[in-house]
Amino acid sequence: MPTPFGKETYLYWYEIMLLLRKFEEKAGQLYGMQKIRGFCHLYIGQEAIAAGMMTAIRDDDNVITAYRDHGLAIAKGITANACMAELYGKATGCSKGKGGSMHFFSKEKRFFGGHGIVGGQIGLGAGIAFAEQYQNTDRATICYFGDGAARQGMLHEVFNMAVLWQLPIVFICENNHYAMGTSVERTSKVLDIYRLADAYDMPGDSVDGMSCEEVHKGIDRAVRRAREKGGPTFLEIKTYRYRGHSMSDPAKYRTKEELEEYKEKDPINQVLKMILDSKWATQEDIDLINEKVKTEVEESVKFAEESPLPDDSELYKDIYTDENYPYITD
Amino acid sequence: MRTIPLRQALREAMEEEMRRDNSVFLMGEEVAQYNGAYKVSQGMLDEFGDKRIIDTPISELGFTAIGVGAAMNNTRPIIEFMTWNFAELALDQIVNHAAKILSMSGGQFSCPIVFRGPNGSAGQLGAQHSQAFENWYANVPGLKVISTMNPYDAKGLLKSAIRDNDPVVFMESEIAYGEMAEVPEEEYLIPIGKADVKRNGTDVTIVSYNKMMKVAMTAAEELAKENISAEVIDLRTIRPLDWQTIAESVKKTNRLVIVEEQWPFGSVSSEITYRIQKEVFDYLDAPILRICSADTNMHYASNLVAAHIPDVPRTVKLVKEVLYMKK
Ligand SMILES: Cc1ncc(C[n+]2csc(CCOP(=O)(O)OP(=O)(O)O)c2C)c(N)n1
Ligand SMILES: [Mg+2]
Repeated sequence: MPTPFGKETYLYWYEIMLLLRKFEEKAGQLYGMQKIRGFCHLYIGQEAIAAGMMTAIRDDDNVITAYRDHGLAIAKGITANACMAELYGKATGCSKGKGGSMHFFSKEKRFFGGHGIVGGQIGLGAGIAFAEQYQNTDRATICYFGDGAARQGMLHEVFNMAVLWQLPIVFICENNHYAMGTSVERTSKVLDIYRLADAYDMPGDSVDGMSCEEVHKGIDRAVRRAREKGGPTFLEIKTYRYRGHSMSDPAKYRTKEELEEYKEKDPINQVLKMILDSKWATQEDIDLINEKVKTEVEESVKFAEESPLPDDSELYKDIYTDENYPYITD
Repeated sequence: MRTIPLRQALREAMEEEMRRDNSVFLMGEEVAQYNGAYKVSQGMLDEFGDKRIIDTPISELGFTAIGVGAAMNNTRPIIEFMTWNFAELALDQIVNHAAKILSMSGGQFSCPIVFRGPNGSAGQLGAQHSQAFENWYANVPGLKVISTMNPYDAKGLLKSAIRDNDPVVFMESEIAYGEMAEVPEEEYLIPIGKADVKRNGTDVTIVSYNKMMKVAMTAAEELAKENISAEVIDLRTIRPLDWQTIAESVKKTNRLVIVEEQWPFGSVSSEITYRIQKEVFDYLDAPILRICSADTNMHYASNLVAAHIPDVPRTVKLVKEVLYMKK
């Protein structure tokens, strides 16, 4: 298959996806050891979306998503160290240990967060895009949500306004086929989620989320439209989460065969195959990348372990910007 | 007597009422095929079928509205929220609609509906998944509010809630679903609006509800070791508030401490404090004191979670303060 993408792109995709995969495999282990607490939702299987997005957007574009946020956050440039420390609830985490797994944020990287109330960030994303338009920039905003979230009323209100006001935004539904234990088929008669855009005259498209190339192309088109004042786009990216919904979900509602079917199309394997087939790297080069990623993940664990908890005084900080706010303490 | 966990007590209440009354159904996210996010409705789909145990999409505003509309039309819905944090999306239906149907229609349409689910913090779940909302709903005329984690009380109260002809907000606790207690096999109901004295005492009254009852009871045990006799009252129902039971106790002990998971501003303890100072001012030997959750959002880090929620040492300290004890 000829490809418009070159060696650098593929090597980048390989390394970033491997980093997300290895980081989360580690996070899963650490959760089992109770080093990481609370709710923890892994992105494993969905990495091509983060990788394909990153080659299609600019560093100063905005990203916002739900609680399944580790992958997009790291891809957007938050360090593995800061992410692991956040999972540990340490002061050096990307949200100072105050957010945890579901609430990664980085103002510097223009990562507007991991959000825990299903569908809430659909509206926030539109607001972020509204502000870009208001300030006359050419930044695009990429707003992610799940197939389950697509059934919230929020989507309809916001899609309508986003088109009405031609907001520079790309709405992306990461359709991993399940919302907890509920399959898409059990939530609606409209199974092609991208067609929801039709009702509001928004361009909508379906994208193969196991392919970095397809994700890149889909997002690239949509981001250009946003930048060129062509208004919003809705992409339904079909993907799969290999793990349960969260760490406590045994995922009994789906078959092993279905999971295997997607694993066959694993984006990391696909990209690696392309690299080796094209002789863009030798096995030794790949081993070096593997080693680098492994070290990066190990370092992040060490960093998190050695970092301090937030100071107890942090309890009464970051609730208001005003440091002297008179909290009720009795 | 047999001992069962809270989740089973709640399930039995729903099952018994569904067997007794065909108009009762259960609707919510993951309640049917997944057997409930916290397994409260385990097995109910098998017994009652998908006409009465209904999975919904993640559409809180919509399915709550469907519940309220159905309640106006001869059915008795039980709407389960995966947690009360998510009921915020349906606040409009609960507050602007369910609570007001009877009055707006001049008494023609009632709204016999139960909204239920876990409330409050449940470990390191961060700011959006840790909120306790009793006082929010208790502020609204037209709603009744129950909050308990005691399996015996929960079963009897949920049955009363389902039979009640007005909308009832029923709050459980995610981390207490495995909590065991003796619950008789025979049917019983517990009336809405009655507090329960869980421990008799003479020196001080401690009022609490839901999972802070654990803190209150443990504090009372600690205090007993120092010969301080605490009476502990479980509110069980928040609205209507059974202040009479508190007042009777205060007449005996002359001192009151309230332990709750609410934020302090305009909380249930604020309301109790107003009522008690008004009704039994002359019996009070010390200002009423309370311990609430910190007046902040819940942070994720373990030490900040511990500092956020009321605990036994701070409750013991507070009791000693109302007793004007040194240290
Ligand atoms: C308003 C709201 N309702 C319910 C939940 C509980 N919940 C958390 S994730 C989830 C499933 C969401 O599925 P989907 O949108 O497909 O995203 P995915 O987890 O597959 O990434 C549910 C029901 C919530 N967090 N917020
Ligand atoms: Mg999903």
